Amino acid sequence: MCMPSFRHFFVLLAVVLASNAAFAQAPNLGKPITPAELAAWDINVLPDGTGLPPGSGKPADGARIYAAKCSACHGESAKGGANAALVGAPPMKDMESVKTIANFWPFATTIFDYIRRTMPWRQPRSLTNDEVYAVTAYILSLNKLIGENDTMNAQTLPKVKMPNRDGFIVRFPERIDR
Amino acid sequence: MQTKDLEPVAGNGLLHRRAFIRGGAALAAAMTGYIQSASAQQLAEDPWSLKPGATVPDYEVRSQFEKKVVRTLSNPKGEPRTQHARTPHHLINATFPPNALHFVISHAGDPDPDPDKHRLVIHGLVKKPLVFTLDTLSRYPMVSRMAFVECGGNSAPLFSKEPIAADVQALHGLVSCAEWTGVMLSTLLEETGIDPKAKWVIAEGADAPHLSRSVPVSKALDDAMIALYQNGERIMPSNGYPMRLLLPGWEGNMNIKFVRRLELTTLPNMSYYEARTYAPVLPGGKAYQFYFIQEVKSFITHPSPGLALKGPGFYEISGIAYSGTGRISKVMVSADGGKSWAQAALQEPLHSKAFTRFRIPWRWDGGAAVLQSRAWDDAGYMQPTRAQLVAERGETTQIPAVTAFPSQHCNAITTWAVNASGEVKHVYA
Repeated sequence: MCMPSFRHFFVLLAVVLASNAAFAQAPNLGKPITPAELAAWDINVLPDGTGLPPGSGKPADGARIYAAKCSACHGESAKGGANAALVGAPPMKDMESVKTIANFWPFATTIFDYIRRTMPWRQPRSLTNDEVYAVTAYILSLNKLIGENDTMNAQTLPKVKMPNRDGFIVRFPERIDR
Repeated sequence: MQTKDLEPVAGNGLLHRRAFIRGGAALAAAMTGYIQSASAQQLAEDPWSLKPGATVPDYEVRSQFEKKVVRTLSNPKGEPRTQHARTPHHLINATFPPNALHFVISHAGDPDPDPDKHRLVIHGLVKKPLVFTLDTLSRYPMVSRMAFVECGGNSAPLFSKEPIAADVQALHGLVSCAEWTGVMLSTLLEETGIDPKAKWVIAEGADAPHLSRSVPVSKALDDAMIALYQNGERIMPSNGYPMRLLLPGWEGNMNIKFVRRLELTTLPNMSYYEARTYAPVLPGGKAYQFYFIQEVKSFITHPSPGLALKGPGFYEISGIAYSGTGRISKVMVSADGGKSWAQAALQEPLHSKAFTRFRIPWRWDGGAAVLQSRAWDDAGYMQPTRAQLVAERGETTQIPAVTAFPSQHCNAITTWAVNASGEVKHVYA
């Protein structure tokens, strides 16, 4: 097992090396890149809401987008089709319980992050940020995790309380850097 | 030859792991039971020996007689769901399976990145965000690392309450091993510098799902690599051409293929795959999060289901052992369902977090036998029995499809039953 002091040594080593202007070994062939140049790729959302873009959406708008772009795979009203249902399922009991957004996903931000990076399956990155917020709002509303008229945006989405937020045990806590 | 080498060292005919080396050909002949049969056929010249052969191709494919040695595909038409290609470990004899047979899981098909246009960006909590091309990375100091890559869901059929009749490819085909060559991630992070607030590296691929996973900074600085080569040639398209993140010993899904972006952050991404998919549910409903490590495991590939024994006599039992926490230190084999054990020989050199082939000679008496292997690593971890794993992790109440993933991270002992006809079957013991 990697001891904490060992890990800290590596972090410290990297910091020391990075702060040293003269890299004897490093080829230094990386080219600097600015946030503006990176904007189109910069899509990570963190569970505290960091990375959520401007924009907003409501469940009713999301329902229209869902019907056009999501229902073919996930079924009418997100009840499931060729691919997973996005509503329902009782609380988790064991390995045979079906994992759904309402009974399993610990953070609402994951819904936005995943739709924006991966969905629709055949046309990822084709939705605008407003559309991603709207579909996220629609799914949360179907699961009764927000109200029918609630708006999802960078401020409201991270505050949505997910039922299974405390349903996890970190397998090897010593592997996580604190 | 010492006659004691002929004595079994464990039940049901397991011989000393060095019996064959010590005893030589005479021992082998004695064990097989056919010392010299008088019925040997007279040999004649075969047609292929009587004329010059085919032109050597520029990129070789295997013999026409080996075409059945293929990966099994879970989604051969590429329907809009995950594809799995499983390695036929029983049809090869590999410590480093050929690239074309390396296992694959692809969540939305394989992209076809132009290597001249592909970019790797490192940004976030760094002192200097940088972008690298394949050309520039090719000029960096490289290292080679023997490392297995295993899907977190490999061996999941062993969670079934009843043993599923399947072969080693179906049960354990979602793991392979290769020599990966590339640039240590620590080298690139030296160049960008790291803000001490950074605890995670969120890695993202250039594939359609833009698949992302979060890696602790300590792992990134320990042995993570941006791999450019797989067994000496450019990484296969299904394994992440032109570059992938390699995290030796850690969950396959985290070894981001087609890697294009690494963002250093204070928090993990809590991406779909880490928050939802690779979070095995425990009895009672809580789930493990950030499992990361592929724990010590072994399984016998020869013999195994589909490879029937052809009459009593000598056989070599052989299989694969590996651990995400170190080097394999010992593999024990049983032919009587775990009542007695004998130590297998380990093929050297022994690499940490890589496949290790184990072998042990066996004289099958033609009766029922129950074969198992159990591995230990040099960090002190021991492969659990299935009963031990189930006690902690549970099992199904229904028998799932062999291709299903009722849970993940199963490293339990696998059991093969041999019957008097020599057929081999997956059982629990």
